[in-house]
Amino acid sequence: MSNTDRRGFIKATAATAAASAIAAPYIWPKGAQAAGTVKMGILHSLTGTIAIAEKSVVDAEMLAVEEINAAGGVMGQKIEAVVEDGASDWPTFAEKARKLIEKDKVAAVMGCYTSASRKAVLPVFEKLKGLLYYPTYYEGLERSENIMYTAQEATQSVIAAMDWLAKNKGKSFYMIGSDYIWPRTTIKIAKATLGRLGGKLAGEGYYPLGHIEFSSEINKIKAAKPDVILNCVVGGSNVAFFKQLNAAGITGKNQAILSLAVSEEEVSGIGAENAAGTLTCMSYFQSLKNPANEKFVKAFKAKYGANRVTGDTLNCGYNSVYLWKLAAEKAKSFEVAKVVAASSDLQFDSPEGKIKFHKDNHHLWKHARIGTFRPDGQVDMVYESALIEPNPFPKL
Amino acid sequence: MANRDLWGLLSRYGVVLLAILILLVLPLSLGIFRLGLLAKYLSLAFCAVGIVLIWGYGGILSLGQGVFFGLGSYMMAMFLKLERAAEADSSTSALSTFFGQAGLPDFMSWNSVEALPWWWEPFHHVWFTITAILILPPLLAFILAYVNFRRRVGEVYFSIITLSLSAIMAIVIVGQQGYTGGINGITDFKTFMGIDLDQDNAKIVMYYITAGLLIACVLVGQFILRSRLGKVLVAIRDREDRVRFSGYDPALFKAFIFAVAALFSSIGGAMFTMQIGLASPSLVGIVPSIEMVIYAAVGGRLSLVGAVYGSLLVGYGKTFFSENFVQYWLYMIGALFIVIVMFLPGGLASLMEKLRPGKSAKNAQAPIANELKPETR
Amino acid sequence: MNFDMLAMQAFTGLSVFTILMLMALGLAIVFGLMGVINMAHGELMAMGAYTTYGTAVLFETYFPRFMDAYFVVGIVFAFCITFVFGFLLERGLIQFLYKRPLDTMLATWGLSLILQQIYRQFINAKEVEVPTVSWLQGTWQATETVSFPLSRIFIIGLAVVTGAAVYMLLYKTRWGLRIRAVTQNRSISGAVGINTTKVDAFTFALGCGLAGIAGSSFTMLASTGPVTGQAYIVDTFIVVVFGGVESLLGTIASAFIMGQMQSWFEYFMSGSMARASILLLVIVVLYFRPNGLFATKVRR
Repeated sequence: MSNTDRRGFIKATAATAAASAIAAPYIWPKGAQAAGTVKMGILHSLTGTIAIAEKSVVDAEMLAVEEINAAGGVMGQKIEAVVEDGASDWPTFAEKARKLIEKDKVAAVMGCYTSASRKAVLPVFEKLKGLLYYPTYYEGLERSENIMYTAQEATQSVIAAMDWLAKNKGKSFYMIGSDYIWPRTTIKIAKATLGRLGGKLAGEGYYPLGHIEFSSEINKIKAAKPDVILNCVVGGSNVAFFKQLNAAGITGKNQAILSLAVSEEEVSGIGAENAAGTLTCMSYFQSLKNPANEKFVKAFKAKYGANRVTGDTLNCGYNSVYLWKLAAEKAKSFEVAKVVAASSDLQFDSPEGKIKFHKDNHHLWKHARIGTFRPDGQVDMVYESALIEPNPFPKL
Repeated sequence: MANRDLWGLLSRYGVVLLAILILLVLPLSLGIFRLGLLAKYLSLAFCAVGIVLIWGYGGILSLGQGVFFGLGSYMMAMFLKLERAAEADSSTSALSTFFGQAGLPDFMSWNSVEALPWWWEPFHHVWFTITAILILPPLLAFILAYVNFRRRVGEVYFSIITLSLSAIMAIVIVGQQGYTGGINGITDFKTFMGIDLDQDNAKIVMYYITAGLLIACVLVGQFILRSRLGKVLVAIRDREDRVRFSGYDPALFKAFIFAVAALFSSIGGAMFTMQIGLASPSLVGIVPSIEMVIYAAVGGRLSLVGAVYGSLLVGYGKTFFSENFVQYWLYMIGALFIVIVMFLPGGLASLMEKLRPGKSAKNAQAPIANELKPETR
Repeated sequence: MNFDMLAMQAFTGLSVFTILMLMALGLAIVFGLMGVINMAHGELMAMGAYTTYGTAVLFETYFPRFMDAYFVVGIVFAFCITFVFGFLLERGLIQFLYKRPLDTMLATWGLSLILQQIYRQFINAKEVEVPTVSWLQGTWQATETVSFPLSRIFIIGLAVVTGAAVYMLLYKTRWGLRIRAVTQNRSISGAVGINTTKVDAFTFALGCGLAGIAGSSFTMLASTGPVTGQAYIVDTFIVVVFGGVESLLGTIASAFIMGQMQSWFEYFMSGSMARASILLLVIVVLYFRPNGLFATKVRR
């Protein structure tokens, strides 16, 4: 027996010794830095469960990089994008963030989608003094010197949505969400708002991420007969949720359903006919009419195909690259502290209209827009708020 | 038993070679960033070493080592987080004044948890934490395994039990975010007993502690396998009924070895959290648990040392392929697994067997055939 | 809870049961009978789903008039394609691993990673839209207040038909006899003149084809994307093992019990806690039935 075991060591040991001897010169490849370029990291999940949502954000960010380079770069320097795969795994995100800052010495990173990935990289960015642009709507409750939040925090959409719904659709709400921090926080804010509006909570339910069986919940919804379903389900579960709602005869035609995590992009997977008539609340729709958006949509489709659609997160990713460029030019430097300082009150004519960084909380002033999905998957806007001040730490 | 040749030397001193590699060669040749990555792979290697014990020699396939890794990881994280919450620097105190609570971990504040839950309290103390990491997971593992093996739960059913456990743990952690940090896990630590964890010196020290503990675990594993206990274990794996008729209680032996593997995993989890700086449900669930088995399989399921090399190879492969071939790395990792199964059934360890002059490879095959459903083959 | 609710919940339980059963039938053959731990089983379901999607695109482009029929054709295609893929997989990989079943886990795990990346790179990184045919949209209004989704009724029917077909094949045909003989004792089957190589390949391919059917029908209920398979695989394994690995009947019974638990637990508690409770119950039940619900033999 011990002989068996010993043979185990011998095999493994010598194998690795031999392998590492041969491979030694190639083990850690060194990145080369071309003259006249500035490195920018892109850190999203290209594989794993979240890749479904994140891959197209990379597309939008790469489009912005390409446009900026075609127009002469940032302060005469071309952007060299270094793409890393967070693989939908939070420790991997932390590893890759560290690699981008320490090894590649990138000036800034565009990245992360889920809150969990952002929380995992936050200490890395703070300790190594990196700079992250985070392009996804999220739950708020955070402010870091080293992160610029280019999408709406929860209060910037959900409060406006609740106000509008209570006024136009009724005051009894059924709230359903995936079981993690964004839906839970968003629903918490929604419930606080509901209390203020004097509405009634008809029910609430949480399901694990990736859950695909909603029929019991739908039976509960049928029994509760709410005026509005507030849907905070995210990702692939949305496809199941909408298909099953539809199959059970609950559609946008006979029931007010407002989703806070469904953009044009998600609808392409849900099936436009399943989402038709339901409501969404975002800061950006592909159908927005303004020159910046028309240019963005046209360029996006030209680069990636006419059947691709844009959406809120894509727009925020695209904006992030420009916001970083503008801040660097204003600061005349790529130094993180100077770029951050220059971002205060920085304005940009984005595809979602004029947006502006808050004076000091690293978030953007944004519009909340509510719209109805058309049968072709695009959105007809029904309500647009004024610019809302970002308030990541709301008093509830 | 003519082990006088080079191979004999290598086999006898496998652990020594491993120690030289991870305690001398690699730390001296790698920069601090790569060393950090190495530390991550080594933390996971603890689980793989445990899996060699329970799977290779005990015949128990656990798809739930993530549970014990996670327990160690979260207990360490709770200690670090409490230490972080206690020292009020500018950003945390801004948050806690906003929520009107001081001294609470940040995620509790924003989940409106008013006071520290009672089961968090003891984790203020470092010795309690360390003791808990060393005792709780093995104890749980022992009870779980003993109870089930006493009932003579079959191998594949035990695998599903462990699989369910890791799924349950991930769901509960994600669902109880006020107490566990939810899907975000527990992140953002600063110090361990006042030592700044992010200083290069601290990192190097932690690396050496990890590597040293790992070597110690391999030695413990070796000691167990060479003792009479190990022989009974292999006998149980091969013919459980005969061992039982000889008057042994197989459940006791299997539960013991399962507890040892849980202990290793728990230590690995704690070291992981200290070095990577987070405890995450993504290391508890089913996928990481299966991956840990794969580390062991790649290394060779009968070789404790091989398990370490397996973890290093897969971990390094993932990093290397994904850094250099960001579009194609999954193909390469997938192909690696298939190639190893097809051409190196005993993992990396059997590579040596094949290279070994004048020896047949039958030894590497024999115990492997004896698996899942031996009675139907 | 009134009578209407009871009826709808009972129907939900029935529906979840048939879904789990469809999921598990293929694995019951591949894993239960053959002992191959196929971690790529979920990806095979996704392959079935993608085949259905491809069929939809094909019909939309070339035969828009017959769009209503596409789904049936899609299910048949899904079966054929996953069957052929399964056959090739068995010949190319699995056949070398019968002597070491646990290694199949490692190899098929690698395969599942590769398949996922293929779907992601060559089909779409996002979910694709699989249209629901018009005759499966909407509900059947049983009474004034009780209604059942047509798509779920269809799946119930499909599961019954598939289950019956598998039963007939295994227990009423010569092929089935050979399959059972080979899976029970390969060497003796070979000795009495059964071509075990052929039977193995056929059996494995059959299991994969059933995964294709399941994946295809689930396009009506859930998403079709690169990681779709991951949503199914764990439940599938639990259903098969819970029932008792070697018993087809056990698989069906366990799907029934799991389906009932899921629909009722989810009714009374939050989805997350329901799932955790179900898994906990699985552990407890396995304690009392150490070889699954329907252990064919207890010899230890």
